[in-house]
Amino acid sequence: MGSLKIQDIRKSFGHVDVLKGIDLEVEDGEFVIFVGPSGCGKSTLLRVIAGLEDATSGDILIDGKRVNNTPPAKRGIAMVFQTYALYPHLTVRDNMGLGLKQAGKPAAEIKERTAIASAMLSLDDYLERRPSELSGGQRQRVAIGRAIVREPELFLFDEPLSNLDAALRVNTRLEIARLHRQLKATMIYVTHDQVEAMTLADKIVVLNKGRIEQVGTPMELYNNPQTVFVAGFIGSPQMNLIDGGKLGDTAKTVGIRPEHIQVSAKEGTWKGSVIHVEHLGADTILYLQTEFGPLTVRLFGEHDYEVDGVLYATPDKGRTYRFDAEGKIVRS
Amino acid sequence: MARPTASPFRMGLVHLALVIYTLIALFPVFLTVINSFKDRSAIFRDPLGLPMPKSFSLVGYETVLKQGDFALYFQNSFIVTAVSIFFVLLFGAMAAFALSEYRFRGNTLMGLYLALGIMIPIRLGTVAILQGMVATGLVNTLTALILVYTAQGLPLAVFILNEFMRTVSDDLKNAGRIDGLSEYSIFFRLVLPLVRPAMATVAVFTMIPIWNDLWFPLILAPSDATKTITLGSQVFIGQFVTNWNAVLAALTLAIVPVLVLYMLFSRQLIRGITAGAVK
Ligand SMILES: Nc1ncnc2c1ncn2[C@@H]1O[C@H](COP(=O)(O)OP(=O)(O)O)[C@@H](O)[C@H]1O
Ligand SMILES: [Mg+2]
Repeated sequence: MGSLKIQDIRKSFGHVDVLKGIDLEVEDGEFVIFVGPSGCGKSTLLRVIAGLEDATSGDILIDGKRVNNTPPAKRGIAMVFQTYALYPHLTVRDNMGLGLKQAGKPAAEIKERTAIASAMLSLDDYLERRPSELSGGQRQRVAIGRAIVREPELFLFDEPLSNLDAALRVNTRLEIARLHRQLKATMIYVTHDQVEAMTLADKIVVLNKGRIEQVGTPMELYNNPQTVFVAGFIGSPQMNLIDGGKLGDTAKTVGIRPEHIQVSAKEGTWKGSVIHVEHLGADTILYLQTEFGPLTVRLFGEHDYEVDGVLYATPDKGRTYRFDAEGKIVRS
Repeated sequence: MARPTASPFRMGLVHLALVIYTLIALFPVFLTVINSFKDRSAIFRDPLGLPMPKSFSLVGYETVLKQGDFALYFQNSFIVTAVSIFFVLLFGAMAAFALSEYRFRGNTLMGLYLALGIMIPIRLGTVAILQGMVATGLVNTLTALILVYTAQGLPLAVFILNEFMRTVSDDLKNAGRIDGLSEYSIFFRLVLPLVRPAMATVAVFTMIPIWNDLWFPLILAPSDATKTITLGSQVFIGQFVTNWNAVLAALTLAIVPVLVLYMLFSRQLIRGITAGAVK
């Protein structure tokens, strides 16, 4: 129930290759997040899975069945879109019920399933309203409700939070996490925001330029990035990526996370001057200028440092990553 | 709802320009209407004067209505215009949907081909059209006119609707596909309602030339049973004497249905515009 297998999916629009051979397995009940920069092909991959776009080559298997030629409505999926995509002329109730109505379900069943979904998402008071009479957060909940009502094996989310403001984003994120526990359904979720990916996922798939860079749990990606790209993409503030040559290292690139650097006013490995200090309360972010370029340091708690002051930075032992010329990690 | 920045003087100038334009545009209509209510000598003696008790006369309308066939001519014009608009909107929207929604080889070329008619007047093909109508036995039928006017209206319709349909959200159509709507349902139930303002625009631009056309009715359907109102009015224009009362009365009557149709569509137009503005 709800497993997904993708075999060597390729997709080209004319001469532009958007997906360049994607292989992936998603197990039943997993929460998988596709993350990557804008334009890397996340939405295209999701649309191929949904059947809204034909792959140029490759196979899609849902529950072990090849669905390449199955129309979207018959794949046992539901999708939530970034722009909500609610039917403007239908009420909330009819928006949620349309899929079942098209599938020829009896009115009583539609009513019951709509009622369950609307209770789950606290939409009971809005059932007779049109989408234009709802706020952004409510619209997104209706879109999620429309997906739940279909009782799909596989939920597909395409950047569902990126049109919401920051506070609503956190709330809706929690709500989606709760739904995943409650429904025990398989969910695939696309985002360009690595924080969302880290907080929600069982498994993260990092995409870059139409290829999978790495698949793993959030902590695997954080602790063992296999490529420079993943190292730079996961984690905030971004990992310091320093030209190996400038450090006298044989590796092409050396990576150190800002939180794995200690500073001292007297001594340390690298000398630098403070360019800027950000006080975030729980953290203090220091931007240093060193002889090999800029260096970001993240300190826990509150610290006072003067701009232009001289500091020495020391990387934590065993926390530096070394990458070769292809961007692959070098085991040391 | 003047914006706060617009000075009264500026607004006054803008309104003055609009008023002058309106007066110029309405003047011929106004002349036609007032003169249709005057007797013949008053029309020539004082063309700009309003109908006075002394000069007031309904003789034009009496002539027109006694002519008998005028109700039929009206009906013909109405059928031809309404059916043509219907087909132009239906086929135009369908072609525009295909062009804007589906990727296929030759999509752009097909779009250009369909829009070509905007630049090339259909009248250039009159002889071939007439030959075709004769061969298919459609001469002197309303069908002939409807076919020609549908062809004439399609290029602009496809062009305008294509542009509008590109603005309809892909996500919305995809949501429909996932909910199991057929491509026809997506077209009729999701896309058409959203491009209604554009449809109204197309309807207005299509309607006026069809209603006013003299050329094709004269060539393709001049029989008494298929005359349109514009063609029917010509019986009063003779080579030697013209019954001006009747001509003006017939033209005045011909304005009414267009006004009604226009108001129907323009309501849609305005509703569409404001719906977008307050969203
Ligand atoms: N229908 C299309 N026609 C042509 N190019 C497309 C189409 N859809 C997407 N693309 C291209 O594919 C690339 C990936 O797009 P997308 O999957 O939307 O990226 P993401 O969701 O990761 O931001 C983009 O460069 C985009 O221009
Ligand atoms: Mg996207």
